[in-house]
Amino acid sequence: MKYTFPLAAVIALVLIAWIGSQIPGMQYFFGIAVPYLAMALFLGGFCYRVVQWARSPVPFKIPTTCGQGFSLPWIKYDRLEAPVKTSEVVARMFLEITIFRSLWRNTKAEVHSGPKLTYESSKWLWLFALMFHYSFLVIVLRHMRLFLEPVPGWVSFLGASDGFLQIGAPQMYITDATILLGLLLLFGRRLINRQVRYISLANDMFPLFLIFAIVITGILMRFFLRTDIDITAIKRLAVGLVTFQPAITSEIGAIFYVHVFLVSALLAYFPFSKLMHMGGVFLSPTRNMANDTRMRRHINPWNPDIKPHSYDAYEDEFREDMVSMGIPVEKELPPKADD
Amino acid sequence: MTGSVPRKPWWEIEAVFKPGNYAYVAKKEKVEYLNSQQGLYFPNAREWNPEDDDWKLPDNWQEIILEGLKERLDKFRSLKIFMDCCVRCGACADKCHFFLGTGDPKNMPVLRAELLRSVYRNDFTLAGKILGKMAGGREMTFGVLKEWFMYAYQCTECRRCSVFCPYGIDTAEITMMLRELLHLVGVGINWILEPVSNSNRTGNHMGLTPQAFVGNVEFLCEDIENLTGVKVNPTFNRKGAEVLFITPSADVFAEPGLFTCMGYLLLFEAIGLDYTWSTYASEGGNFGLFTNNETMKKLNAKMYAEAKRLGVKWILGGECGHMWRVVHQYMDTMNGPADFLEVPKSPITGTVFENARSTKMVHISEFTADLIYHNKIKLDPSRNDHLTCTFHDSCNPARAMGLLEEPRYVLKNVVNKFYEMPENCIREKTFCCGSGTGLNTDEIMELRMRAGLPRANAVKYVREKHDVNMLACVCAIDRATLTTLMGYWNPEVEVCGVSELVGNALVIEGENRQELTEGLRTLV
Repeated sequence: MKYTFPLAAVIALVLIAWIGSQIPGMQYFFGIAVPYLAMALFLGGFCYRVVQWARSPVPFKIPTTCGQGFSLPWIKYDRLEAPVKTSEVVARMFLEITIFRSLWRNTKAEVHSGPKLTYESSKWLWLFALMFHYSFLVIVLRHMRLFLEPVPGWVSFLGASDGFLQIGAPQMYITDATILLGLLLLFGRRLINRQVRYISLANDMFPLFLIFAIVITGILMRFFLRTDIDITAIKRLAVGLVTFQPAITSEIGAIFYVHVFLVSALLAYFPFSKLMHMGGVFLSPTRNMANDTRMRRHINPWNPDIKPHSYDAYEDEFREDMVSMGIPVEKELPPKADD
Repeated sequence: MTGSVPRKPWWEIEAVFKPGNYAYVAKKEKVEYLNSQQGLYFPNAREWNPEDDDWKLPDNWQEIILEGLKERLDKFRSLKIFMDCCVRCGACADKCHFFLGTGDPKNMPVLRAELLRSVYRNDFTLAGKILGKMAGGREMTFGVLKEWFMYAYQCTECRRCSVFCPYGIDTAEITMMLRELLHLVGVGINWILEPVSNSNRTGNHMGLTPQAFVGNVEFLCEDIENLTGVKVNPTFNRKGAEVLFITPSADVFAEPGLFTCMGYLLLFEAIGLDYTWSTYASEGGNFGLFTNNETMKKLNAKMYAEAKRLGVKWILGGECGHMWRVVHQYMDTMNGPADFLEVPKSPITGTVFENARSTKMVHISEFTADLIYHNKIKLDPSRNDHLTCTFHDSCNPARAMGLLEEPRYVLKNVVNKFYEMPENCIREKTFCCGSGTGLNTDEIMELRMRAGLPRANAVKYVREKHDVNMLACVCAIDRATLTTLMGYWNPEVEVCGVSELVGNALVIEGENRQELTEGLRTLV
């Protein structure tokens, strides 16, 4: 269930595009209509989700402090883990987003005879995640060569450096291998680590399978199924898409349509899934706020009007008690009847 | 712990309540009293039992829960983000002391959140509405409610998982929301709601009347005089004092907090601090934090109200973990601005506490560290030579304040023998005592001893390696719960507040100390 449903969904997507794109006239649907629709869903959905998040206020300042806070001048505070200045918060966020700093901290708990509990550093997840995400990023940026004319220098440079190993022609990209490896490792971790396997849902498998299929179709198109993969026609279509003058000038192989359809599926699926962590990581209140709550007052827009149980009510209840203990009171005891 | 997992998926495993695995539910009259207070909402007061199939919920309880969830999604961005962003990577799984101690997969922070997230997905997301179960959605059933009650009270909101999460998802926030929602249908526990109602009425959790409170402190003063020959004369509700001192009421109620309190009294006497206690605001702790944000605000509001009434310049706070989470992260927002107070300035050293510029409340460890740094108190650490200490970072000061060095600085100046526990379980990675957030009740003792295992195990390590016999901390709940925990796992180790050790080491002019083999704990 956890595996079959997402796997079946991905296979279905492949078949739809494979068969569908071979029907005369449907190339326009798969090559133009679907990508546009997917992009619209992605952009619209992404913005909608971020706006939805932003519409809820942040009533309290709740940073997780992971180091010494700002206090006495002679105590060195941890600028990254308990930031007080905006620049320090930005630095903390930057490292969180670019090098997954919190995952770098990860430990693994183990029990040994004794019983003795140990917590050793465990950087595998950090490594797999970094490998996958950076490969993905480079691949997306590399693809800009298809959408931009003239191709900017940095894109060409990126492509050249990514392919510098040059195994045969067309040259092999390093990121093609590392993203596959990253995906396999992340998936393997979900299978092998019992706890992670237990918490995983179909929603965790689907993006893995889908991205895996995207990568495989991309590699097949580049290295193996090269019939009718006319790069100039593809480039014309891609540039056409971004300049809103899409045109399909000649026959393009089915594998291309499958690849594009899967990418479109990913784009459309993105805003409605956990993949939104890409946007959410920027808005996490425990990471993007300063630990300056005793220095600067944070405002809660819906701060309710709640008064404490008043001192007067308290004294009224305990006045006698207080007077007997010599505690100062606001109102003296009423004179006793026999005075 | 062994890594074994159930054969069934987690949503097919029912929560079963039996004696010993749940905390007693709130007494009807406590719920009624709280519900009658301005600004508080604690409906559905009744007699009920979690072991029964009928929890006597209101007929439309599902609707109430879903409405409540919607309201909270609109009020807390944290909740929305934490609902949407989790990728179930499992980084948090083995970080939770409840998971390590019980092995129950629903105590992995990620699954604890999934208990709520599944309902959120089902009713508030497009994918869930269309795909339902396929998208990991669940209907809000009675079974789910039971799970919520079980697992929202097997979390101490310690935030250790939040340190390791790549998005900083904070299970404390999730647990708070779960508990808020449960209170909407009248599901709560007595160990929290009774202290809350006590605190509201009498000013402190213990329900100490002014007479009892003052009596207890005076009793400590007598002890101090017998032990050290120093006469301390604290004042209560005195207008015009420079400083208002607020500490958890447990410090004037029971050992070992009492010894910490003696430490405060001695320190303030030694430096001649112009300060007063308050019987009206006689509680630093805030069990409101463990119910809902409205109650937290109401209980906390007394601190500023009393500071204003007494006309003090600033507030000094004693050693307490969750008290300081409230003071540091919520107080100013909820009940500020404290424009009737001045920026705290130590009358002894002249240090201006810039870090408390707005809230105007200083932590005793900050205050004492500053005194020591400026050589304003005379200390003889050899008076603590009967002790080999280690330090337990309490969750809230560590992960919601960043108070790590101050208590250590104080410790290192008052004891000669101090050893840290292993690095992955101290400072921001510290393990909870296992009984915070109002779970320090005896009917769930097994759960508490399990949850405290990671902390106890680390203490055992330094006990075996360095012969540690004293676990110091700056938290009142810790002082109570770690004592029980050590009693079970490491019977040779005692627990104390840092200020007790300060009191032991303080050399005060004109004192006449007896031979105190146990410091302030010596029976004379």
